[in-house]
Amino acid sequence: MSSPASTPRGRKRGRSSNPSTPSSRGPTSPSSQRRRGQDSSTGDLMPMPVSPATDMLSPATPQDTSLFSSPRPSVLPNEVDMSSPLMYGTPSSRVEGTPRSGVRGTPARQRPDLGSVRKAPQVDLHSDAPSADGGAAASEPNAAQRLVIWGTDVNVGACKEKFQRFLQRFIDPTSTEDENAGLDLNEPLYMQKLEEISVVGDPVLNVNCQHVQSFDAEMYRQLVCYPQEVIPTFDMAVNELFFERFPDSVLEYQIQVRPYNALKTRNMRSLNPEDIDQLITISGMVIRTSQLIPEMQEAFFQCQVCAFSARVEVDRGRIAEPAVCRHCNTTHGLALVHNRSVFSDKQMIKIQESPEDMPAGQTPHTTIVYAHNDLVDKVQPGDRVNITGVYRAVPMRVNPRQSNVKSVYKTHIDAIHFRKTDEKRLHGLDEEAEQKLFTEDRVQTLKELAAKPDVYERLSAALAPSIYEHEDIKKGILLQLFGGTRKDFSQTGRGNFRAEVNILLCGDPGTSKSQLLQYVYNLVPRGQYTSGKGSSAVGLTAYVMKDPETRQLVLQTGALVLSDNGICCIDEFDKMSDNTRSVLHEVMEQQTLSIAKAGIICQLNARTAVLAAANPVESQWNPKKTTIENIQLPHTLLSRFDLIFLMLDPQDEAYDRRLAHHLVSLYYQSEEQMEEEFLDMAVLKDYIAYARTYISPRLSEEASQALIEAYVDMRKIGSGHGMVSAYPRQLESLIRLAEAHAKVRFSEKVETIDVEEAKRLHREALKQSATDPRTGFVDISILTTGMSATARKRKEEVAQALRKLIQTKGKTPAMKYQQLLDDLRGQSETAITKELFDEALRALADDDYLTVTGKTVRLLA
Amino acid sequence: MPSTHDWINEPLGVAEGMFAVSQSSQATGWEAKVVEFFKDQLKEKEAQTAVPSLNDVPLHYLKPDGLVKFRCLVQDMFDPEFYMGVYETVDPSTGAKTLRSGRYKDVAECSVDFSSKHTVTVERQTFYCVPIPGENPWVKEMYAGASQARVVPSTSYVPSRQKRSYEDMDVQPQKQRDAQAGSPSPAEPHGNGDCKRQETEAPSGQTTTASHLDLNFPLPGEKGPSCLVKVYEDWDSFKLNDALEVYGVLSVSPALSALADEKDALLDPSGCMETAEEQRVHSPPASLVPRLHMLYAKRLPHNNPLLPCTTPQDNSAFFSSTLAEMASVRAELHSFFTRVLLGDALAAEYLILQLVSTVYSRRDVLPLGKFTVNLSGCPAVASYAERLYQIIQQLVPSSFYLAMSLQNMNRMRLVPKKDYVANRLVSGALQLDKNTSLFLDETRLEQGQLDATGVRNVTALGNLISWQKVDYDFSYHQMEFPCNVNVLVVSEGRSLLPSDCHVRLQPQVAPVTMEEYVSSIQVHPHAASQLNKFRIYLSVARLLDYSISDNVTKSVEDDFVDMRKDDPQSVSAEDLHRLLVVARLLSLSLGRTSLSRDTWLQAKHMEAQRRSRLEQHRSVNGNEP
Repeated sequence: MSSPASTPRGRKRGRSSNPSTPSSRGPTSPSSQRRRGQDSSTGDLMPMPVSPATDMLSPATPQDTSLFSSPRPSVLPNEVDMSSPLMYGTPSSRVEGTPRSGVRGTPARQRPDLGSVRKAPQVDLHSDAPSADGGAAASEPNAAQRLVIWGTDVNVGACKEKFQRFLQRFIDPTSTEDENAGLDLNEPLYMQKLEEISVVGDPVLNVNCQHVQSFDAEMYRQLVCYPQEVIPTFDMAVNELFFERFPDSVLEYQIQVRPYNALKTRNMRSLNPEDIDQLITISGMVIRTSQLIPEMQEAFFQCQVCAFSARVEVDRGRIAEPAVCRHCNTTHGLALVHNRSVFSDKQMIKIQESPEDMPAGQTPHTTIVYAHNDLVDKVQPGDRVNITGVYRAVPMRVNPRQSNVKSVYKTHIDAIHFRKTDEKRLHGLDEEAEQKLFTEDRVQTLKELAAKPDVYERLSAALAPSIYEHEDIKKGILLQLFGGTRKDFSQTGRGNFRAEVNILLCGDPGTSKSQLLQYVYNLVPRGQYTSGKGSSAVGLTAYVMKDPETRQLVLQTGALVLSDNGICCIDEFDKMSDNTRSVLHEVMEQQTLSIAKAGIICQLNARTAVLAAANPVESQWNPKKTTIENIQLPHTLLSRFDLIFLMLDPQDEAYDRRLAHHLVSLYYQSEEQMEEEFLDMAVLKDYIAYARTYISPRLSEEASQALIEAYVDMRKIGSGHGMVSAYPRQLESLIRLAEAHAKVRFSEKVETIDVEEAKRLHREALKQSATDPRTGFVDISILTTGMSATARKRKEEVAQALRKLIQTKGKTPAMKYQQLLDDLRGQSETAITKELFDEALRALADDDYLTVTGKTVRLLA
Repeated sequence: MPSTHDWINEPLGVAEGMFAVSQSSQATGWEAKVVEFFKDQLKEKEAQTAVPSLNDVPLHYLKPDGLVKFRCLVQDMFDPEFYMGVYETVDPSTGAKTLRSGRYKDVAECSVDFSSKHTVTVERQTFYCVPIPGENPWVKEMYAGASQARVVPSTSYVPSRQKRSYEDMDVQPQKQRDAQAGSPSPAEPHGNGDCKRQETEAPSGQTTTASHLDLNFPLPGEKGPSCLVKVYEDWDSFKLNDALEVYGVLSVSPALSALADEKDALLDPSGCMETAEEQRVHSPPASLVPRLHMLYAKRLPHNNPLLPCTTPQDNSAFFSSTLAEMASVRAELHSFFTRVLLGDALAAEYLILQLVSTVYSRRDVLPLGKFTVNLSGCPAVASYAERLYQIIQQLVPSSFYLAMSLQNMNRMRLVPKKDYVANRLVSGALQLDKNTSLFLDETRLEQGQLDATGVRNVTALGNLISWQKVDYDFSYHQMEFPCNVNVLVVSEGRSLLPSDCHVRLQPQVAPVTMEEYVSSIQVHPHAASQLNKFRIYLSVARLLDYSISDNVTKSVEDDFVDMRKDDPQSVSAEDLHRLLVVARLLSLSLGRTSLSRDTWLQAKHMEAQRRSRLEQHRSVNGNEP
């Protein structure tokens, strides 16, 4: 629990709780009847080339300049008092009479996101100011440069100058943000952005707080601690600079600075009273947005008697209605005119902690966010966002008549900047959003772990320790968790290469396939778990539904899209309907998902690795049959799996004994004992996350040679028996596996050992799944064409035999089907099934030798 | 030091006194001292019973700002709130300023000086707590009987009342059958009893008939106060669905209710932050949902009033004495269950094992120790399943009966769901305390179609059984909450839900006399002492530790290898899993904390018997899957 520091907080609380006595101030502060706090900054634009409007107002000019040009003391060295930063926020009173269009025709826009800045030091201006100055700075000689905004240590002049310097000089050559795409990284970044503003005309300057921090830590601290004071200062600075640079550009209103990425707070859960009134950045998910709320900024009153009008600014939700008309002195003659009052847009947004940030066993926290003006409707429910804003606390009142106060504050965030974290997922990689923050220590531990020679074995042992043995399968899944390196060949027209490794587990029921899937699902941050039986095609891909609230058609994404950049675990793969399975074809190779329904035609990214489990059709694996025959899956789909493992009951005594030991120990060992034996799940998680984000290995020269050799070898093995045992797809699999293995080692280079392991694993998997039960040879064509080469050969033979049979029959243009089959059966030594016969007929028909119509076979030609 | 009376009646006085001392002596850490003080005072059992309990004393008999206790389950966690930890008040007449503490209070005293420099903002957390769902009436009454806090003299909690309500139940079986399917029928008679009691105790009509206000109880037909518990320390250590006994300061200030704010909503800028619904949920009238400022809370390892509220290690005397007679109690219980289960001794064995099972550990995703029994072949006559449930209800501290009728499955909310409009977690029937017995009555299945909700509900039940977890629905994502619920599925054929162990019931009663026999099954009211023995037995067996010695491990391994050698198809890894669980539960049910060779063989024998029974049934009834 934290009790925040005293001074600034005390002041702010005092301010925010004043409304009990608004009447005392209302009429006495004419200054508050001015319009815009930030009209002030227009004053700074004076020395610029003038427009007619400025000429007209020239009398006001010197005064304004004197007031607000403190950052240039050389110009007006002795106007110290008047340029006191204390005046900031309330200077509008000075420029009374200035028409709304302002000097440059660029009106400032209110920043309700920063609250009512102008009210801050007002009361203290005359009474407390001397003492405040005295306390804070005046003891120093040359107090002019030392003046600070009351309650803070911010000197407006210095701050403005610093910020301008920052804008002019800051260069970040290593910037990878997509927002900076197209900018010259060796030129001052923000000057280019200003240029962009002058071209585009969108007067918003987003400033990365990280940049501010690296440029000037002191300025960053001030920004974070006193956003309410510092950001308007930044605004002033930026506008000065901008109009100096681009005197001719016309903006709708003045540029507003929007800082983002303040590293003060990352997590909603860690918000505490110390963060009140500070600049914070938190991440979360939007769960609700309200309707647009028009919030009155300025009330317009008109006297019923003399039609004299008065404007009153809204002060913390209250309007101090003028009791007396200043013009005709009628009491209570003023009426509010709604459509001449000024309103600003406001929206309430609820955000909730993202599930990843939450400790187990707790419910997510929510926070209220207010968006103002153009930030309204920027986000939709369901969006993951990073919000930068000012954290506020307002006391709750029990009853307005008694000043009895519930001792509780209501908190909310005034949003300054939204950054959608999943916005770019549709366009490309978003490493930054994925990036988990690792502490130095953690990175160190991970690296130490990676340096161990047996890290691969260790990690695979740590994977689902409750599941016994199946070492190779675990290794395969481990590689799947790491994934290959993403390669982009879109320039050469091939698009993205799949980097994800797909794995299929098939085998006897009760061999803990589901458990493995559950484990993986729990391990990866963006995993999805579905069961083939319960999922439909739309459930996997996306469906269009009518949003009950907005009555608009919205696209709801399914499991495959949701597990983009993650792993989609599909249990009971075999139980899936063909229709459903067919959507997987695109996902598993192209890694995209095309949707065309209800007027929505789009392509979504689904860069997901698929981990599927299938049971054999006959409930028990039949070793006499091929994989395809056992699980009855289309070979087109099977060939998209990099690794297909069989999980069979080994039925051997030594295995049984080890298994029994393993299980028994599961039931009596205490948890601590088990922890010791294996790596912590959290470490494993971090290890994977780290490798996935930071390591992208490339093939070394030797490795590519080794890969080529491996591929050629694989082709050779088959060619001896007249079968093909490898296709380019297998080569791609090998590359992916080798890359993943390099990632396990935290190596930026794929080396020969990686290739060796990839080869070994691939061979193991093939041995299990692509062995032709008739010959005992590994035959990849089982997976690629659904038929082993021997079976194909047999088909050929039967077709030849049939042709011969027909030829011996002489010139009979038509034959009975059954007759032919019986003849062939009588002739052949081996049994000929009807299917085989049909296939033979079809083969002959393909050669245009005969046609089959109903029960008759006709010869052609 | 303040006397007993003082700290129970005016705990705030104690806290304030300590605050004042710390202010004058500039010492810090007065908060810890307050907590320490109350912990000290509450060490004694007498002191604990002297504190009135929100569970059994109607709210309007309790003194506002007094110390109360509350046995509850954390149903929802609201957002943390900031309050004035220290603030200064100004006396309007004299202008004197005083520092005050806002801890353990909802409302600050009048004339707070907001611009004071001494104001300190502090954070606290709010939990929405409900009485433990499915807590059986005998538990409630026994806790109430043990309480010495007689707040109002006219209120009497004579334990004999307990019998009366049971009698009510027994003479009204017909009524139960007719009861609405939406609310499980066995809960109905207790409801009647409760009403009666409330009539005598709360003549002013403080019945919790808050029609407009949903108190968000996990189970339908629940009664009792729910409470907003304000937590000041260490709130991260509490988890959703934790069962707690909270000691805290009761706050019922009418100013807290949202309705009081209503008129203000237009003027107050903070008023429009929340929807009306959200306000209603987050600041309900204090007369219905009191606030409780937590001074001290302990986690309940169980909610059996007959057991000391400690772990076996801390209270070895009690546990060793019960251990000694466990075997004999088990024998009694077994013969009792055999009678209840229509003379089937094997099913009775498995029922005991099911009742003492608990998830004692999780290995990555795998919960260990869960033991869901599917009792198939139950006669559909004379609402046998309900009778069985009523007996179980008498034995376990909390339980819930879920009739799997089509209507129930399609209509009920089983999985808790986040309501973003009101910003709360709307409870579902599967939000249960650990070790609650969930009784699924599949004999109530009927023909028809499950709609989308129904399918989701069945999936949720399946997940609960196989992984002991419930995926709470947060609309944009799901969140997994582990649970520890004993599930018993009663069905005619094999259940549509997965189960760890399927036992086919073999009634020894002739079908002709079945109806008569079934209606004669009941708990004899005179057997109260025996009942208590059973209750203690079941709870204790769950809390025991267990180990397997090395040589038994060896022999188990050998056994497994031998079994596989004979017929590899017959025994799979899954069977070994089950055997190990059965052996574990069997040992524990006999009061033995380590596995012996005999118990292992017995477990094997039981399993073999059970399997042969299934085989037999399959061959008789070919179409059984």
